[in-house]
Amino acid sequence: MSPTGFLSQALAILAALVLAPLLMGWVNQWRAWFQNRRGPGLLQPYRTLNKLFVKESVVAETASPLFRAAPYVVFGCMALSCGIIPTLSTELPLSLAADAIALVGLFAVARVFISLAAMDIGTAFGSLGARREMLIGFLAEPALLTVFFTASLISGSTALTSIVESLAHREFAIYPSLAFAGLAFSFVSFAENARVPVDNPATHLELTMIHEALILEYSGRHLALIEWAAALKLFAYSCIGLALFFPWGIAKVQDPGALLYAVPVLVGKLAIGGFLLALIESVSAKMRIFRVPEFLATAFLLAVIGMLVHFLLGA
Amino acid sequence: MDALIGQLINLFAAVMLILAFAMLSQRRIVTLIHLFTFQGLTVVGATVVVAYVTQQHHLYYSAALTLALKVALIPFLLHRLIDRLNVRWDIETMLNIPTLMLIGIVLVVFAFNLALPISKLSASIARGTLGIALACVLLSFMMMITRAKAVPQVIGFLTMENALFFAATSATYGMPMVVELGIALDVLVGIFILGVFMFQIREQFDSLDIRHLEKLKEE
Repeated sequence: MSPTGFLSQALAILAALVLAPLLMGWVNQWRAWFQNRRGPGLLQPYRTLNKLFVKESVVAETASPLFRAAPYVVFGCMALSCGIIPTLSTELPLSLAADAIALVGLFAVARVFISLAAMDIGTAFGSLGARREMLIGFLAEPALLTVFFTASLISGSTALTSIVESLAHREFAIYPSLAFAGLAFSFVSFAENARVPVDNPATHLELTMIHEALILEYSGRHLALIEWAAALKLFAYSCIGLALFFPWGIAKVQDPGALLYAVPVLVGKLAIGGFLLALIESVSAKMRIFRVPEFLATAFLLAVIGMLVHFLLGA
Repeated sequence: MDALIGQLINLFAAVMLILAFAMLSQRRIVTLIHLFTFQGLTVVGATVVVAYVTQQHHLYYSAALTLALKVALIPFLLHRLIDRLNVRWDIETMLNIPTLMLIGIVLVVFAFNLALPISKLSASIARGTLGIALACVLLSFMMMITRAKAVPQVIGFLTMENALFFAATSATYGMPMVVELGIALDVLVGIFILGVFMFQIREQFDSLDIRHLEKLKEE
C-alpha cells in the first residue's frame, strides 16, 4: 500500500465518521427552517451521540446475543461502505475488497441484522418494522443494482473507483442513461434512508414509523451506534450519488495535493445536496405504505429504461 | 460540437420516454394535461435542434406549428374542457401501476428491437431515437387501452400523434409540409369532435366512463 493510498483511505473514513452527523444536523436544521422553527442547531447530532454514549444501555430480558451484536455489525458495515465509496479520492486501497455489487450486499447485511435484532425481542412493533423494512429493501435493491449496472456499462468496470475515475476525467458529454439512473437512484435513496415520501425520520407515531420501529428497544451506546450508522448510511448514499452523477473535484490516483482541494468541494456538494433533500422532504407528503411498492417500481423502471437507452443510443 | 448536438437530440428523446411513462402512470387528469404540454415542448425542442443541424428550413415551420398547436392551443382547449365537464380534480382509480410499468418495459424492449434494423437504413443524425419514438407510440397505445375515462383517452391519442411526429422528425427529417398541415388540422378537428362527444357521453350515461359504451342494446 502506497503512503498516499493509506493517507487518502484514512482521510476518507475519518471524513465520513466526522461529517455524517453534521450532514444529518444540516438536513434537520433546514427542515426546521422550512417549517418556520428555529431548529436544534447544526451540532445537535453530535450532542445526541455524546449523550447516548454516556448513558447506560438497557437490554430486554429476552434478548439474545444477536441483539447485542447487531449495532456493531450495522455500524461496521456502514463504516466499511464509506471506506469503499470514492468520496475524496479514487485511490482507495480498501476498494479492492468490494465492488459496487458487493456494496449493495453490504447494505443488505446491515439491513438483515437490524431486522433480526428488531424481531429478536418479540415485541409487536419490532416485527412490524422489520417486515416493512424488508419489503422496502427487497424492492429497492434491484433498482439500486440496475443503477450500478448502467454506470458500469458506461465505464466498463464494476469497481466504484474505476467508474468514478472514468466518469470524472473525460470530456463533457450528455448521458441520457445516466439521467434516468440518477432519477432512479434518488428515489431509492429516499426509500433506503427512511426519508419523507416513504418514512418520516422524525416520527414516533406507531402506525407509520418504519426505521424508528426497528430501533425502539435499543438504548445507550447501542442506540448511539445505530443512530451514527444511520447518519453514515445517509452520508454513503449522498456520496454515491455525488460520485456517480456529479464526479467533479474528486482527486485522482497519486495526487495528494488534490486531496486538500477535494475536501471543501465535497463539503460544498453535500451542503447543496442536504439543502435539496430538506426541500424535497418539506414539500412532499408521506405516502401510504401500500403506495411504496409503486414508488419503488417506478425507480426500478427508470433504472431499467436507463440501461435500455444506453444499449440503444450507446450513451 | 456535432457530437454534443447528437447527444442533445438523444436527451430530448429520453425526456420523451420519461414523459410517456409518467403519463402512463399518472392518475390525475390535470397533471396529465401538464405532462402533455411538456411533451409538446420537448418535441418542439428536438425539432428545432434537428432543423438547426440539418439546415432544413421547413422543420422550423413545423416546430412553430407544433408550438402553437400542441403547447398552446390544445392544452388550452383541454383545460377549458375539463373545467366545463367539472373533472379537473378527478383521479382514475383501478390502475395497477407496477404491472403497467412492467408491461411498459416489455413494450420498450420490443420497440427497441423492432427499430434497430430500420434505423440502420436511415442516414439521419437522430436515427438512434427512432426506437424511442416507436416505444412512445406503443406506450400511448397502452395508455388508451388501460384508461376507462374519456379525457385521458383523448390525451393518449394526442400523445401518440406527438410520438409519431417525433418519429418522422428523427427518421426522415419530417414529412412534407402538406401532410403535416393536414395532420395538424385533423388533430385540431378531432379535439373539437371528441369534446362534443364527451358532453354527449356524459349526458347519456351521467359519467365519462366509456365502458358504458360497450353495451349496445338497452335491456
